[in-house]
Amino acid sequence: MTTTTPPIATAPVPLTGAEAARVSDVKKVRRAFSSPIASLLVVILTVLWTVPTFGLLVTSLRTKADANSNGWWTFLAHPHVTLANYNSILFSNSFGGGGGLFPYMVNSLAICIPATLIPIAIASMAAYVLAWVRFKGSDFIFFVIFALQVVPLQMSLVPLLQLYSGGAHIGSFTILPKLHIAGTYTAIWLSHTMFSLPLAVFLLHNFMSQLPSSVIEAARVDGAGPMRIFRSVVLPLATPAIASFGIFQFIWVWNDLLVALTFGGGSPKVQPLTARLSQLTGSLGSKWELLTAGGFISIVIPMIVFFALQRYFVRGLLAGSVKG
Amino acid sequence: MADVRYINATCLYEGNPVPAINSLNLEIGDGEFMVLVGPSGSGKSTALRMLAGLEPVSTGEIDIGGVNVSNRAPKDRDIAMVFQNYALYPHMSVAENMGFALKLKGVPKEERDRKVVEAAKLLDLEKYLDRKPKALSGGQRQRVAMGRAIVREPSVFLMDEPLSNLDAKLRVETRANIANLQARLGTTTVYVTHDQVEAMTMGNRVAVLKDGVLQQVDTPRNLYDRPTNAFVAAFIGSPAMNLRQAKLVDDGAVLGAVTLPLPRPVLEAAKGLSTITLGMRPEAFTISSDETGLALDVKLVEELGADAYVYGTLSGDSPEERPFVIRAGGAAPPRIGDLIHISILVGQEHAFHPDTGERLG
Amino acid sequence: MASTLSDSLSKLFGVIEAVGGFVAIVLIIFFVAGRATGRLQRPLTVLVCLGPALVLLLIGLVVPAIRTMYLSFLNSDSKKVIGFRNFWWVFTDPNNRGVLIRTGEWLIIAPLFATGFGLLVAVLVDRMKHQSIPKSLIFLPTAISFVGASIIWKFIYTTRASGQQQIGLLSAVVIKLGWSHPPNWLLSIPLNTFLLMVIMIWIQTGFAMVVLAAALKGIPDEILEAARMDGAGGFKLFRSVQIPMIRGTLIVVITTIMIATLKVFDIVRTVTGGNFNTQVLSNKMYSETFVNFETGRGSALAVVLFLAVMPLVAYNVLQMKRERATR
Repeated sequence: MTTTTPPIATAPVPLTGAEAARVSDVKKVRRAFSSPIASLLVVILTVLWTVPTFGLLVTSLRTKADANSNGWWTFLAHPHVTLANYNSILFSNSFGGGGGLFPYMVNSLAICIPATLIPIAIASMAAYVLAWVRFKGSDFIFFVIFALQVVPLQMSLVPLLQLYSGGAHIGSFTILPKLHIAGTYTAIWLSHTMFSLPLAVFLLHNFMSQLPSSVIEAARVDGAGPMRIFRSVVLPLATPAIASFGIFQFIWVWNDLLVALTFGGGSPKVQPLTARLSQLTGSLGSKWELLTAGGFISIVIPMIVFFALQRYFVRGLLAGSVKG
Repeated sequence: MADVRYINATCLYEGNPVPAINSLNLEIGDGEFMVLVGPSGSGKSTALRMLAGLEPVSTGEIDIGGVNVSNRAPKDRDIAMVFQNYALYPHMSVAENMGFALKLKGVPKEERDRKVVEAAKLLDLEKYLDRKPKALSGGQRQRVAMGRAIVREPSVFLMDEPLSNLDAKLRVETRANIANLQARLGTTTVYVTHDQVEAMTMGNRVAVLKDGVLQQVDTPRNLYDRPTNAFVAAFIGSPAMNLRQAKLVDDGAVLGAVTLPLPRPVLEAAKGLSTITLGMRPEAFTISSDETGLALDVKLVEELGADAYVYGTLSGDSPEERPFVIRAGGAAPPRIGDLIHISILVGQEHAFHPDTGERLG
Repeated sequence: MASTLSDSLSKLFGVIEAVGGFVAIVLIIFFVAGRATGRLQRPLTVLVCLGPALVLLLIGLVVPAIRTMYLSFLNSDSKKVIGFRNFWWVFTDPNNRGVLIRTGEWLIIAPLFATGFGLLVAVLVDRMKHQSIPKSLIFLPTAISFVGASIIWKFIYTTRASGQQQIGLLSAVVIKLGWSHPPNWLLSIPLNTFLLMVIMIWIQTGFAMVVLAAALKGIPDEILEAARMDGAGGFKLFRSVQIPMIRGTLIVVITTIMIATLKVFDIVRTVTGGNFNTQVLSNKMYSETFVNFETGRGSALAVVLFLAVMPLVAYNVLQMKRERATR
């Protein structure tokens, strides 16, 4: 049972009544194990893990004077809620160059959506071929793609940047002309796509290769070519895996700082929320009521995505327990 | 409608020197119901999948309707296949499942719908056309898989153990339904199973395979009455035929205390041998009232009502020998621990070569 | 504000256009490839489906990796070959020694604690009724960006001059415990490095917990029941049955967090900027390349990072190969 790479989701097998009854029996047995000490420990750990975020939320809702005069834990004694911090951190122009966070939030969205959709498209096609249109060396290619996780992002930054701004040359021979995409969304999308591919291909391949082979064969006998099988059979059946990877990738891109910082070239036109926030932590110093509001804004979208689609997200993580 | 011919068809997998199917020659007539049967690993499914185009024909060829299809894609062979686990498309409704092949062929929607409904009527599936496969019972799923094949009106049906996922009762019922349906449609059918009862009850002819080699093709009756070798003899029939080594004498074979007279052709074929393998079906015996014939030490009695099968060891059997089984009347079968005497009915014995297992005479 | 709104809208429209263009290209390729018949079909499918991924991987990862290795042997403006001098610098510069040692500390402490806490929670909730609530809450930080997490924790670590009311949770807690003069946490060497690690542990525990909880669930109930009949209960069951059975997963979780830790960059950058003796390899590499424009040195650091990650990924690949072989 060394489940290093558990399947993202297995084909739905309806439980019969007897099986379901057995499962609940087993749960009872497991439950009988629990002890008050264990429960207490879990509660303590949960509180410890939640308090930091909670403190952030509370502080962001307090007035400047309150936030600076006493700790947020005293808030419950004198509750006084304000949304002013959010208003100023989002829309104010007073934070040196660059202004409030709102435009950067838009930038983040503009980065995230294509940087999620493009890898999904490219990786699912590649995963399908590697799983079902097998050819000599397809296994080898799969392992190489997986192993490319060994390349740290940091290694690719300089060469990619040079490629985006200067093209590719060997001596005086030009392989690729200047792309003129340095500092644009395109550069960021492309980079995110490249960096996500090893994991994406791995996850989707894992799932797709577990689809029953007879269904694919049935489609072949029914007269579907390889492209048609992908479109009409494999793609619809792989939706759970695609969804879980999509959520995973969305959160990852939303939270990324390094790629955006490097390929966005620091321009406020394309910088995402994380990059701006990282700057502000320096310049806003100890204006905690604003910083916490900004921090909460940056985590609220991934949090919504996370809670709404938690099951899928967990599946993605499970299958990708080898993410670099 | 078409006939099917395997001509020296061989299937070799890369990295495995032993062919999965070795030089298979088999002719299946137009409209015939041919059953491929064998133990697991015999290559019966491979033979079917070669016909479907899902496994390569390494050498030799396969003809459908007189045309060599060895190198054609499955979709260009005019076949339809029913898979063991049905292989329904989980994301499509029953109607979509059945109509998918027609859709790919570019058949207009009205005609498609008409054909799907027709097939659904035939299989009693009309009520379920809008359901997804997961909302169906095992038997209904099986019928959808059949329907998907029927809708296409192919020239050959291929069925790969289509009943093995059903429970025993449903299996018997569906067995009859499939046989009826095939007779009605008159479509050439190749049917793979590991269950020799299914093979005997459904097939016009049955082909027995072992280790990728065709052993015998014949009607169920002939297969039972004149098995071509010891393997087929033991494989066909339940309980299996008893096989024992017997010493050859001038006019017969000696088994225990009994000398069994053998017909002339057998003796002629066995010339030069000192022993032969003697095969006797369980029903080829009578229990003697006196102490003549073979002595059988009864170890187990299976009562089935009308009949009873009596398992035991013959005097002189080595401990590794498989139990010897005979059929007795259901009324008053012997009991465990009894020592009974049995005599073989004349002309009911089969003789095989002791080394090659080939039938003698 | 009106201008920001219209700006935003036009930006999003631009994005929709780009996505639409991409989808159109994909569809056209699909249509063309779908038309192909006969022998061409399979190779064309392979080309169309696998090609883009391979080209992007080649451009984005393979070539850059090779190029970085090459650059690491050149001087700062990549004009002159200087042999191993950059690597010499990496390992002998007195500053770097601290960076390497600190990275090593990160590599050991953060994964160990994250996995330990994750395992603890996974085992404890495996036997609990309402397990989804603690699981969700502990897992939540996994979805939070390093930048967001850094703000959260920087706030916890703030200290004010004694006499003033403390607004940082950590200072308030230690005062409650009777320590009247809490230090400026992030400036206290070497404590500050460990305080940064706490952030990483806080984030990664949820990941470890989810994966390990799934592995624990994967242990067949029959085995647990049999062990219980043999008299193993509580901790004994945990140590001699559950742990050995999820050993493989445990190792993968640790190596995965190790890889993430090695590459971690955002936490250090946002909280301390690598100052006050908190610098680590990945942030140092970024600073050398993009702040000091020492491309050669930066590349050498990247190569060191690459070599450090290599065995971990290699282990995971081997593990996966074994899994697939037994499947």
